[in-house]
Amino acid sequence: MALLEVRDLVVEFGLREGASMALDGISFALEPGERLGIVGESGAGKSVAAFSILNLLSAPGYIASGQIIFDGVDLASLSESALRTVRGRRIGMIFQDPMMTLNPVLSIGEQMLECLRAHSNCSESEARHICIERLRQVQIPSPEQRLRQYPHELSGGMRQRVIIAIALLLDPQLIIADEPTTALDVTIQAEIMQLLRELCDNEGVALLLITHDLGVVAQLTHRTMVLYAGRVVEQAETAALIRAPRHPYTRGLLDALPERTEPGRPLNQIPGSMPGLQSMPSGCAFHPRCNLARARCQSESPALQHGVACWEAAC
Amino acid sequence: MTNFIFQRLIQGVIVMLVISVISFAIQDQLGDPLRELVGQSVSESEREVLREQMGLNDPLWQQYFRFLGRAVQGDLGQSYFYKEPALDVILKKLPATLELVLCATLIIALISVPAGVFCAIKPRHPVARAIMAVSLVGISVPVFLTAIGLIYLFSVELGWAPSYGRGELVTLWGGWRTGLLTADGLAHLILPSITLSSIMLPLFIRLIRGEMLEVLQSDYIRFARAKGISAQRVYFVHALKNTLLPVITVGGVQIGTLVAYTILTETVFQWPGMGFIFLEAVNRVDTPLLIAYLIVVSVIFVITNTLVDMIYGLVNPTVRLTGVK
Repeated sequence: MALLEVRDLVVEFGLREGASMALDGISFALEPGERLGIVGESGAGKSVAAFSILNLLSAPGYIASGQIIFDGVDLASLSESALRTVRGRRIGMIFQDPMMTLNPVLSIGEQMLECLRAHSNCSESEARHICIERLRQVQIPSPEQRLRQYPHELSGGMRQRVIIAIALLLDPQLIIADEPTTALDVTIQAEIMQLLRELCDNEGVALLLITHDLGVVAQLTHRTMVLYAGRVVEQAETAALIRAPRHPYTRGLLDALPERTEPGRPLNQIPGSMPGLQSMPSGCAFHPRCNLARARCQSESPALQHGVACWEAAC
Repeated sequence: MTNFIFQRLIQGVIVMLVISVISFAIQDQLGDPLRELVGQSVSESEREVLREQMGLNDPLWQQYFRFLGRAVQGDLGQSYFYKEPALDVILKKLPATLELVLCATLIIALISVPAGVFCAIKPRHPVARAIMAVSLVGISVPVFLTAIGLIYLFSVELGWAPSYGRGELVTLWGGWRTGLLTADGLAHLILPSITLSSIMLPLFIRLIRGEMLEVLQSDYIRFARAKGISAQRVYFVHALKNTLLPVITVGGVQIGTLVAYTILTETVFQWPGMGFIFLEAVNRVDTPLLIAYLIVVSVIFVITNTLVDMIYGLVNPTVRLTGVK
């Protein structure tokens, strides 16, 4: 049985001009221990998908319909207090910017211990022991001292390690990582990715990785899902997707990688930009930017079939 | 920490020097001091002798340093009206004003924090909307109108609270006469302190609400929620602490302003404090008393600001570290 199964998830933003859809019925499944990447440009709905799983959407965003089945329970129908027992304990989260994710006025120890206190009855000394153990696991030197320190005393990479330690604190079954390496230096990025990969392998934790970086996806995930304008446009094994992309958007993304362009020539790019929520084109949302678009693409929206949502690719 | 206190001490001295120049200028500019002292019957030649004796004919800088030298020793001149050292007159009235400011500050702190937090957590709740509407009215109504309205309603019509004076007082060690320890004294504090707090209360509710709304949008709040901790802890430990940092800064300056606002409140309620006596002194052109008031209020400003900065340093770990450097 799948660990996480999302069915026809629709997330809307209630705006003054009326509700607009940020996620238009996406579905995916994640097996225990599996690592799934969600990629797409800014505004594709990647982060919205990540936050909606634990219902951490900030107003005016809300889940309009669909199911989020985690270990047999529909998270979308749970009350706030029931969801709290899942958050942090069975599903951990890692955020994008480690500089903004830790509370500046609370010590590292306080921010770790409160999570343990909320979910388990272990004694204060046991809890401290667990925190130190986790910090050691994410390769933070002298963890005992770190507990007394404040976020501003740590570098960005160190903070992201602390955040990973917090996400792992209660042995969750799933970690949702929203752009975990985007805000970091390239060297630190590689370290953090390596760390995430090892931890997931060793602990058997499933990973839902949100990123716009295809390189990160290639290194970390088993399967990849490409989002465009709130819809899944392609889903495949990561290796297959990178070797042979089928959707023109995925192909465009891969062609845009600098290493795929001959030196000295201008970089490839997909013309135009992602449509806003208020100005969604008819038919396939990608057709205004697609070089394969035909009349049918403008009027009818293609469904996801055999891992790709495109009239041209499906035939 | 000692480094920080030393820095603040020097700053305080500079502020007080500037104030002394202003005070000295007032002394010389508000008419002829002799006229206040001797009246009309003294002849011009006698006046000239007196002027010479008092050093009023000396160069200005000499007069200033003489003034400064006396001021440092606590001698700010005799009050023309009370025929007593001006500083003593003011200091005798200080307890009344400080007690009033203390009560008003307590009212502001105890109401604005819960009200502001509530308005931020439930911005669409009818009570929150009501608080915001009333606070807007509160900001716009002048103090003396609030005072008169309260007196009319609670003293004249309902007879619940006394409308003037301090009531029964108790003398503490050091001659501090307090109204905080008797029921009658506390009853007399009610209306004046509500009036005084009415100026700042709406401002602080709005400030706390605004800051809190902003903090609630931040990533660390979302991360705190993602950890599965209780909503109370998210709001009152994670959000409130960050909300209060800027509020503490503003609050420090505003406590000083509150002391200044007591002039109006004390006058309406016949509250025998510094503000009341200040207005009297203005009417009587009692210059030494004005100067004494100015200097005492400045000292209060300097002290409260220093205290607030120290509290800020205790709450904000980022500042604590830079203080050590």
